[in-house]
Amino acid sequence: MAIRGVLMHQLVKDLLNGNRRAAARLITIVENEDDQKRSLLKEIYPHTGNAFIVGITGAPGAGKSSLVDRLLQQIRSDGLTAGIIAVDPTSPFSGGAILGDRIRMQDHALDSAVFIRSMGTRGSLGGLSRSTREAIQVLDAFGKDIIIVETVGVGQSEVDIVKTADSTVVMLTPAGGDSVQTIKAGIMEIADVFVINKADLPGSDRSATEINMMLDMNGEKPWRPPVLSTVSINGEGVNELWLALQEHRQYLEESGKLLEVRKQRVRRELTEQVEYLVKTRIWEDVRDTIELDDLVEKITKRLQDPYSAAGELLEKINFFKEDQGEGV
Amino acid sequence: MNANAKKIRVLVAKPGLDGHDRGARVVARALRDAGMEVIYTGLHQTPEQVVETALQEDVDVVGLSILSGAHMTIAPRIKEMLKEKDMGDVLFLVGGIIPGEDAEKLLAEGNADQIFTPGDPLDKIINYINGRVNINRKS
Repeated sequence: MAIRGVLMHQLVKDLLNGNRRAAARLITIVENEDDQKRSLLKEIYPHTGNAFIVGITGAPGAGKSSLVDRLLQQIRSDGLTAGIIAVDPTSPFSGGAILGDRIRMQDHALDSAVFIRSMGTRGSLGGLSRSTREAIQVLDAFGKDIIIVETVGVGQSEVDIVKTADSTVVMLTPAGGDSVQTIKAGIMEIADVFVINKADLPGSDRSATEINMMLDMNGEKPWRPPVLSTVSINGEGVNELWLALQEHRQYLEESGKLLEVRKQRVRRELTEQVEYLVKTRIWEDVRDTIELDDLVEKITKRLQDPYSAAGELLEKINFFKEDQGEGV
Repeated sequence: MNANAKKIRVLVAKPGLDGHDRGARVVARALRDAGMEVIYTGLHQTPEQVVETALQEDVDVVGLSILSGAHMTIAPRIKEMLKEKDMGDVLFLVGGIIPGEDAEKLLAEGNADQIFTPGDPLDKIINYINGRVNINRKS
C-alpha cells in the first residue's frame, strides 16, 4: 500500500508539471471511483480555482462539438490554453457508450496546449457525467486557462451544467417550435449566452426574435444574455461568441457574482462530501451487521414495508443512539 | 449493473487515407453493446493523432481500421509511438483487409496483438478484448 501511495502522489506531481499522461490517468481514476480518488483529489484541490469554466449545452446534433472546435481556434489565437470535457450518453442497457464528440475537434489533437477528454454519463441524468466536476478539477490543476464542458445532447430539463460552469451557453437551432417553448422552465432559464447555430437555415431570425422577446419580458437584470447567431461549420459568429463569453466573465468578476457562484458551488460540494461520508459509514455498518437480502425478500412479499424497515435498520446499527442521541 | 465498475475504454481509429468507416462503426457499435466505452476518431487520422488521442483518453485498447493497404507502414509506426509514450501495454488491434502473410508478419514482429479481418464474428473481437484487458489489469 505504501508503495502505491507514493506512486499516486507522483501522479499529482506529474500533473502539476504538465504531464499529459498523468492528467489522463487521474481522470480515469476519478471516473472509475478508484480507492485512491479522494486522497488524490485532496492533493489536487489546492491547485484549482484558476480556470474559467464554460458550459455548452443544447439538443443532439445542434452543433455543440463543431462549435467547441471553432471556439478552440479563438481561444488559442488569444494565446490561452484549453481543456475540453465532452460528455456523451452511456447506454442504460449495456453500460457501454460511443464517445464521438472529439471527431469534430481532431484538428486540435496535436496541440499540446489543448487537452480533450471524452466521458460517458455512466448513469447520471443531468446532462453531465458522474465525475465531470472531478475531471474539471484535474484539468484546472493541470493549468488550463479555459475549460469547456460539452454536455450530452439535452432536451428541456438537463440543467446540471449551470451548477458546474461559470458561463453557460445554450445552443439552439432554427425552427425549434413556437414561442411558447421559449418561456418554458428549464433549459431556457440557464443561459448566460444564447446561440442560434445553423443560422444559415431558414427561420433563424425568427428564433432569435422569439428568444429576445422572452428575455425582454424578464425585466431589468444585471446581465441580459445576448442572443447570437453562428454557423459552426464555417466559423461565422464564433468570434462574437468568444467576445460575449469574455464580457460575461468580466461582468461576473466585476460584480462579485463569480465569487458568489463559486461559493454556492463549494457549499454544494461540501454538503455532498458530508453526505457521502455519512452514507458510506452507514452502509459499512449495515453490511457488517444486517442481512439485506432477507429484508428485501420480506418487503417484496409484503410482510413488511420499506418505511419501517429503513427505520429498524438504522436502529439496529445504533445510528440514532450513537450519533444523534435521539431519532431524526 | 454496477455503475462503479471500471469500464474498458477502446479507441477505434481510422488512420490514413481510406474513407470507408462502415466496418469501424459496426465494430464500435458492437463494443458499445458489450458495455465498453468506445471513442471514435473519425476519418483520415495521422498516426500522431491516433497516439495522442489514445493518451488523452487513457484507453485500454487501440483498434485500427485500415482498408487502404497501408497497414504495413501505419501499424508499426503507431505501435512504435505508443511504446515511446510509455503506452506499450495498451492492447493494439488491427482490423481490415490484411492479407495472411502481412498479418503473420505484424504479429511476429509485435506490431499488433491481434488481427481481425472480414468474416470474423464480432463476438470474437469482444471476447478477445474482454479476456486480454482483464489479464492486463490483474498484472
